[in-house]
Amino acid sequence: MSIEYLGLSEINGPLIALEGVRDASYDEIVEFTVEGKKKKIGKIVEVYEDKAVIQVFQGTDDMSLNNTHTKLTGRPMEVALSEDILGRVFNGIGQPIDGLGNIISDLKRDVNGQPLNPCSREYPRNYINTGISTIDCLTTLIRGQKLPIFSGNGLPHDQLAAQIVKQASLGENSDEEFAIVFAAMGVKHDVADFFRRTFEESGASSHVVMYLNLANDPVVERLITPKVALTAAEYLAFEKGMHILVILTDMTSFAEAMREVSSSKGEIPSRKGYPGYLYSELAALYERAGIVADSKGSVTQIPILTMPNDDITHPIPDLTGYITEGQIVLDRSLYQKNVYPPISVLPSLSRLMKDGIGKGYTREDHQDLANQLFSSYARVGEARGLASVIGEDELSPIDKRYLKFGAAMESLFITQGQAEDRSMIETLDKGWELLSILPREELDRIDTKILNQYYKAAVESKTEEE
Amino acid sequence: MNITGKIFGINGPIVYVAGNQGFKMNEMVYVGSERLVGEVIGLTKDRTTIQVFEETTGLKPGQEVYSTGGAISVTLAPGIIGNIFDGIERPLKEISAKSGAFISRGVSVESLNTSKLWDVHITVKPGDMIYGGTIIAEVPETSAITHKSMVAPDISGVVTKVAADGKYTIHDTIVTIAESDGKVRELSLTQKWPIRIPRPVNKRFASDRPLITGQRIIDTLFPIAKGGTAAIPGGFGTGKTMTQHQLAKWSDADIIVYIGCGERGNEMTEVLEDFSKLVDPRSGNPLLDRTTLIANTSNMPVAAREASIYTGITLAEYYRDMGYHVAIMADSTSRWAEALRELSGRLEEMPAEEGFPAYLASRLSSFYERAGFMQNLNGSEGSVSIIGAVSPQGGDFSEPVTQNTKRFVRCFWALDKSLAYARHFPAIQWLNSYSEYVDDLTPWYISNVGSDFVECRNKVIAILTQESQLNEIVKLIGSDVLPDDQKLVLEIAKVIRLGFVQQNAYHPSDTYVPLSKQLKMMQTILYLYSKSKQLIGMSMPMSVLKEENVFEKIISIKYDVANDELNKFDDYKAMIDDFYNRVLSKNA
Repeated sequence: MSIEYLGLSEINGPLIALEGVRDASYDEIVEFTVEGKKKKIGKIVEVYEDKAVIQVFQGTDDMSLNNTHTKLTGRPMEVALSEDILGRVFNGIGQPIDGLGNIISDLKRDVNGQPLNPCSREYPRNYINTGISTIDCLTTLIRGQKLPIFSGNGLPHDQLAAQIVKQASLGENSDEEFAIVFAAMGVKHDVADFFRRTFEESGASSHVVMYLNLANDPVVERLITPKVALTAAEYLAFEKGMHILVILTDMTSFAEAMREVSSSKGEIPSRKGYPGYLYSELAALYERAGIVADSKGSVTQIPILTMPNDDITHPIPDLTGYITEGQIVLDRSLYQKNVYPPISVLPSLSRLMKDGIGKGYTREDHQDLANQLFSSYARVGEARGLASVIGEDELSPIDKRYLKFGAAMESLFITQGQAEDRSMIETLDKGWELLSILPREELDRIDTKILNQYYKAAVESKTEEE
Repeated sequence: MNITGKIFGINGPIVYVAGNQGFKMNEMVYVGSERLVGEVIGLTKDRTTIQVFEETTGLKPGQEVYSTGGAISVTLAPGIIGNIFDGIERPLKEISAKSGAFISRGVSVESLNTSKLWDVHITVKPGDMIYGGTIIAEVPETSAITHKSMVAPDISGVVTKVAADGKYTIHDTIVTIAESDGKVRELSLTQKWPIRIPRPVNKRFASDRPLITGQRIIDTLFPIAKGGTAAIPGGFGTGKTMTQHQLAKWSDADIIVYIGCGERGNEMTEVLEDFSKLVDPRSGNPLLDRTTLIANTSNMPVAAREASIYTGITLAEYYRDMGYHVAIMADSTSRWAEALRELSGRLEEMPAEEGFPAYLASRLSSFYERAGFMQNLNGSEGSVSIIGAVSPQGGDFSEPVTQNTKRFVRCFWALDKSLAYARHFPAIQWLNSYSEYVDDLTPWYISNVGSDFVECRNKVIAILTQESQLNEIVKLIGSDVLPDDQKLVLEIAKVIRLGFVQQNAYHPSDTYVPLSKQLKMMQTILYLYSKSKQLIGMSMPMSVLKEENVFEKIISIKYDVANDELNKFDDYKAMIDDFYNRVLSKNA
């Protein structure tokens, strides 16, 4: 028989304090009944002797110090799971909002998850073919990786994420089951609708689980949304053997929510007002990607974050980059040049690609080709800088070639249609086509044998065309 | 005598106990009914503050806290090498056998296997007087390492009884001694040591020999000594972890302690998988047979992250005491500093710069000062070298962790974003990196590698510096208008950058390069420079020199000459002479 407490001792933003409680435990979930009907839930974030500080997920509107009944549940935040969640839509704390009723299941999981033992992980090695040249060739996505998209407001990160989802085939073993877990944190209605429409158009709806916390939904709920989504993803991947792609958008709203709650708790801020545990909190989410040895499934994460003021050194992208296995950075000036997807090549990176490409995976020349494209494209930047000072006409012949290479890279390689699905071989061949613009002695990152085989072929096919 | 207290309040990893129950500072305690491991970090008359090394979800006020009487310590005995532990020396493989793929709370496991029988050879006999540090037994721990069990530093006495050589577990008594007050004490292969206290030594030596890493930019340009300290700062994606992996694989230390402090889980898995497959080029044994891993990934509890650095260095000191050269890779010390900040924030301490606690600098210094080339208590010599990665916020080296680390390390390998963007690895920027060991190590290089080694090194650095000055001009007016001797400097600097400084970790013969080849490469490049300079001096234009592809050929020496084909360098010298004569005769 659980005790209900009547009344509260303090309300401050999303936090309330309750005195005289017995047996409250840290991180426990409590249920409130406001004025006898309205139900809310909250989480205990601090306990001192008989005083508990509780964070209310749905906001403290309508609550007064007298009209609220509080009941301790004795459990941490849990969510019911079964395979029926596929195709369903939930709110930010995992309650169904599609009118199809509750998920009935005996299986309940603590949304906080537990750290995956490094000994029980399997190192990710299988690439995912996204059909997008820049990603496949230069920042290859590996199954079980966490690869965020660093974007800015107004950039087409949603379209890019949707295109990845649509085109991400699972290679030859396509009979394996896959599913998408989509978590929206503080995004606009349009964005949620865009994703929903995309999933429907691509016929994937029955393989999608959506958790929506929209921009006007309670801020505190946002802190739980990704945890609920990842708990569902882990369940589907490691217990049901599915390959899961998790889209988390927008991580910036998640971090903002954390700052808001932290400041109302009166905590000591560290960088830019974010709490000192921002890194640990982000890590606890991102590290839930991966593959468990002896389990068939995998969790691959594509978190999306909008860099405040396009600043990659802002704490949110900065800390994210230190945890995730690379990043795909979108660039505003490329987008203004009408390049889609506007992926800024140089700062983008996939840390896991080195072990998932090359002979036996994609093609033997992949790594060298990617290195050379990066290195040559870096040189393009220098040549452009010089051209802006002394004028293009004054450039040395080799610098002029680099300008031509840069322009070709942007218009032929990076640019592609929103529905254009390029095969890996097509992408790699396009890369060699670009390199054939440069003289052979400039290609210093490629093994001589590979150069002999592929560079020559690319140059020959080019002269034939001419 | 067991003390207990009752939990009064909980805030994240910090737990308060009401009143003064007689807990000791830095004492290890068990918290709550699940007996989570914790440490006492603050005492006042009214309350005891405890940091808990596991998630505190579900703890309640009123639950008990139990004392253990001792500080947080590590168990030191055979079985450490080749193993992987969390931040407080709990073996992750045992935990996964016990609780599955995910780490649950309150798992109680022994640090080391207590039932395994080791082949023990006793090295003392009855009547021997033994002191702290005396080696009492030898155990073949792995194919590469002989474990030497020692008397704990604070124990001495006369041996009264020894067991016969044979198979024993780490807790079996192997030697019995009578202490000076007549008390009888039984010794086993095991000893315990508190992680926050440095293990004592006799004295500290000056650093006079390098830790050879096989990485050209480190060994030649910015060397580190055995017993030295180095920092690798760099923003994300600049290759800190990659550099640490390369050093862990190839450096000539006897033992590597790899601390993954608040980093990625997949990286630790990679080290585990790679190191059990890779073979040590010097001994032919698997690399894992000389490596121990401390893995406290970023999603594991924050207090254990703070402890992991100390656990790692204590293990390293223990092997140093046996007379081994140990190198620590700490990836990343910034995560450790941030763990300090996080805990400090929870304790509501007054923050100093950027929210870090004011004691950041003193914590960093006491960590790095535990490195050194030492004479141990038993007279043997060993060293602990520390190589710490630093992850500066926003890649900005002016932040507190980088700046304070700089004060206490003597090698600074600054990783550069623009080099990394161009996929130039290792992305160590030669202009703002430094090593204070160059002078200390000069005599060693001269007598062991070549009398002109340091001279060549200095010339190479001078050319690179000159290049950066010339590039300032090139940025404004283009390279075409430079005089030919300056064009030559740019060309040679390019050869040095691509052919020498840049090194391909995935190429079988380039991933590790012996010092002798590093010297030959430098000599060849400098020879090309001096010959070309003569040609330019005779007013041959640079464009003529570039018609020959000799520059490209020298760049690819790193791939074309295997590490055991040093005689091929004579051909290159002949090739340069040829080139000189050909240019001369064509344009005479």
